[in-house]
Amino acid sequence: MDTSQYLEIFIDETREHVQSLNEHLLILEKEPDNKDTINEIFRAAHSLKGMAGTMGFERMKRLTHDMENVFQEIRNDNMTVTSKLVDILFRGLDALEGYLKSVIETSTEGDNDCEDIIRGLKEMFNERTGNNPVSADVSATETKNDIPDTTGDEPIDDRISKITINEGEKTYINKLKDDGKNMIGITVRLIDTCILKSARAFLVFKALEDKGEVIKSLPTIEKIEDEEFDLEFSLIFATELSCEAVKKVILGVSEIKETIVTTYVTPQQIADGGDEYPVLDSKAVTAGSATSEQSKAGDKNQGKAVKSNSKHTGRSVRVDIEKLDTLMNLVSELIIAKNGLVSMNVLADTSDETAFKEQIEYLERVTTNLHESVMKVRMVPIESVVNRFPRMIRDISKKLDKKMELFMSGEETELDRTVIDEIGDPLMHLLRNSADHGLESNEDRIKAGKPEVGSIFLDAYQDGNNVVIEVRDDGAGINVEVIKRKAIEKGHITHEQAEKMSDKDAIELLFRPSFSTAEKVSDLSGRGVGLDVVRTNVESLGGSIEAKTELGVGSVFTIRLPLTLAIIQALMAEVGEEKYAIPLGSIQTIEDIPVSDIKFVQGKEVINLRGNVIPIIRLREVLDIETDDEGIENLTVVIVNKGDKQAGLVIDQLIGQQEIVIKSIGQYIKNVKMIGGATILGDGEVALILDVNALV
Amino acid sequence: MDNNMAERIEALGSKVEEKRQYIVVKLGNEQFGIDISLIENIVRMQRITRVPKAQKYYKGVINLRGDVVPVMSMRIRMGMEPDEYTNTTRIIIAKFENNAYVGFIVDEVMQIVNIDENTLEKPTFRNQRSIDNYLMGVAKDNDTLISVINMNMLVEEEEFQ
Repeated sequence: MDTSQYLEIFIDETREHVQSLNEHLLILEKEPDNKDTINEIFRAAHSLKGMAGTMGFERMKRLTHDMENVFQEIRNDNMTVTSKLVDILFRGLDALEGYLKSVIETSTEGDNDCEDIIRGLKEMFNERTGNNPVSADVSATETKNDIPDTTGDEPIDDRISKITINEGEKTYINKLKDDGKNMIGITVRLIDTCILKSARAFLVFKALEDKGEVIKSLPTIEKIEDEEFDLEFSLIFATELSCEAVKKVILGVSEIKETIVTTYVTPQQIADGGDEYPVLDSKAVTAGSATSEQSKAGDKNQGKAVKSNSKHTGRSVRVDIEKLDTLMNLVSELIIAKNGLVSMNVLADTSDETAFKEQIEYLERVTTNLHESVMKVRMVPIESVVNRFPRMIRDISKKLDKKMELFMSGEETELDRTVIDEIGDPLMHLLRNSADHGLESNEDRIKAGKPEVGSIFLDAYQDGNNVVIEVRDDGAGINVEVIKRKAIEKGHITHEQAEKMSDKDAIELLFRPSFSTAEKVSDLSGRGVGLDVVRTNVESLGGSIEAKTELGVGSVFTIRLPLTLAIIQALMAEVGEEKYAIPLGSIQTIEDIPVSDIKFVQGKEVINLRGNVIPIIRLREVLDIETDDEGIENLTVVIVNKGDKQAGLVIDQLIGQQEIVIKSIGQYIKNVKMIGGATILGDGEVALILDVNALV
Repeated sequence: MDNNMAERIEALGSKVEEKRQYIVVKLGNEQFGIDISLIENIVRMQRITRVPKAQKYYKGVINLRGDVVPVMSMRIRMGMEPDEYTNTTRIIIAKFENNAYVGFIVDEVMQIVNIDENTLEKPTFRNQRSIDNYLMGVAKDNDTLISVINMNMLVEEEEFQ
């Protein structure tokens, strides 16, 4: 079968399952008795195996099969969760990720057999059972239901009894019976590898409808059409044919694994409503409580999964990012066109054209809303990046033999898709840094009177037009003197500079290229390529990064990222003859300052604004515009902030607030950091956008 | 005979392939050829927004139907006198790798010619003019000499100097 068209779906779903396994294994390690978790793990492993099998990835299937066996035993309480076991399971997951990577890159699973992992799994499996496949305390029923065979099938679950019928239907059924029709209960199970489940189900229905009448089905026909069912469905069928004949009809449809066809007996307790499962044949009764418990539990789980799925993925579609980009570009153009109209309106200066003005305001509102919705479509919770970190910290902890725990908050904070794709590596780097260099060894922690287990925090939250991500640890903090010493050794600064340098500036040194304070180079981090790369990455996303530290208490790395990339609100200002846009998100206030209020501190111009001493930046100077400010008595100063730093930008004239579309100025022209891009104004003129982060 | 035929066809094929079209532009008294396959558009001179701290030969950026495109002065880039904008001044928009557009200011757009790359004469003289760094060779069209420009060299940061 040609499965290439399903490859993308396979990749996406495998990724989700592997991630879910990772997360739940971590929980399981902490709470070995958590039944929900083990059930979740089992289900994910089972789906993985089925999917790998369908796609013909035999190695992947084999590995998941062996992992599934282990999960099965854990679920049945035949095996205890040990750290050794979790280790090997994690290795299995890594191997699965390896397969997945190979699938993504080459469309084949590669030729790594992962024999050692499989052997390890088998050993653990055998240790548990003592080579005795059925342990004595497992009842026969359970064994039959739960020990997976090599093909991974679960026994067909006759759910015909779960179809509830109401009074009207009962009357109808009785009428049909009086007409001499046979009432037949049918449960069909499709083969595991069936891809177009609803189409198969449809063929079954069609085949049956030629021979009689389908009274009711479970799930409902609508749900079956939407593929909202596992592999099984049940239905009540009225026909003149015998059970055997009906069975033949059903098995005539391909990709049917198994079917149960029995005479349907109308349940008695209809009046009680659907809460009780109507019992129809003796088989279900004799199967004993274990089976119905089991199937009930299974159902409950299924219901839960569907519910939680719908919470996350409900009513969602996967959209190619390029299509979104196109949409975004169109919105951008619309905004430019709107700005054109607005500026025409200003020029027209006709007071009686209020209707025209109203329409423009309306257009403005619509474009703003449209922009917001398109932006929202592009937003992805940061969760998709950070959810792999707990696992990473666990591995680091084992490797360094240092006890630590990661606490995360704000995983639901959303960022633009393009930012999400790029932010993973910098965050990983910071976390590794904290784990490796930030946290002290357990002995040192105890000596220092701290809790033995180190804590690392990853907090994300929205702050105005920015998203802030903080990586914090309660470790030893950064020793400013050590930094200075290193910087002198490496020739970054001189002794004199070091003396004068503030702690804040010293910490800034960390972000210089090839600067690492780690005394010893470790496998994890501290190869000298570190924070400077993080800073470059973050800045390429239009963000900034800051470090704060307190000796003995810990360090915080704060990353600020712009919420949206393409369209922002900006303040338009004139400097000389030129127009510049200042992003509104970083503006605090706009002040009129008399020239006489400017003071000098360390040779730099500052102003005292309501008790705060704020350095001022003359934009004419930094932008190389000829200065001619003699006789000017008042300066217009735009107070901007970057984190907790403030600065005043001196401009010549305010134009006003405007929604602008950020455009790149191209890769060949040298782009200094203080120019964050360009935008096209209503009259077609290009104005440059000032990057406040680079100016302050 | 068959062989002969094949050779002739081959020769014909290669000849067609090597003839490329060039747009001839004027900078001062000299004529330059720009590979037409790079050119996206030719627009009239328009208002250019200066970009502070950019390379000297970039005059700034313009709005090309909603896209921001950097504009280079070919004269300054090649070490000639600065531009004087006239009625014939044009900006030639060329497209490079990664869909990056760059505009080039020229005094005048003259014509389109076919130039066989094999007939290009490499400038053998080195007379200290930085122009020569950007030339692929000189072609003759009737009596005029056309210096064919390597456009990629113009936009690359110079490391050879």
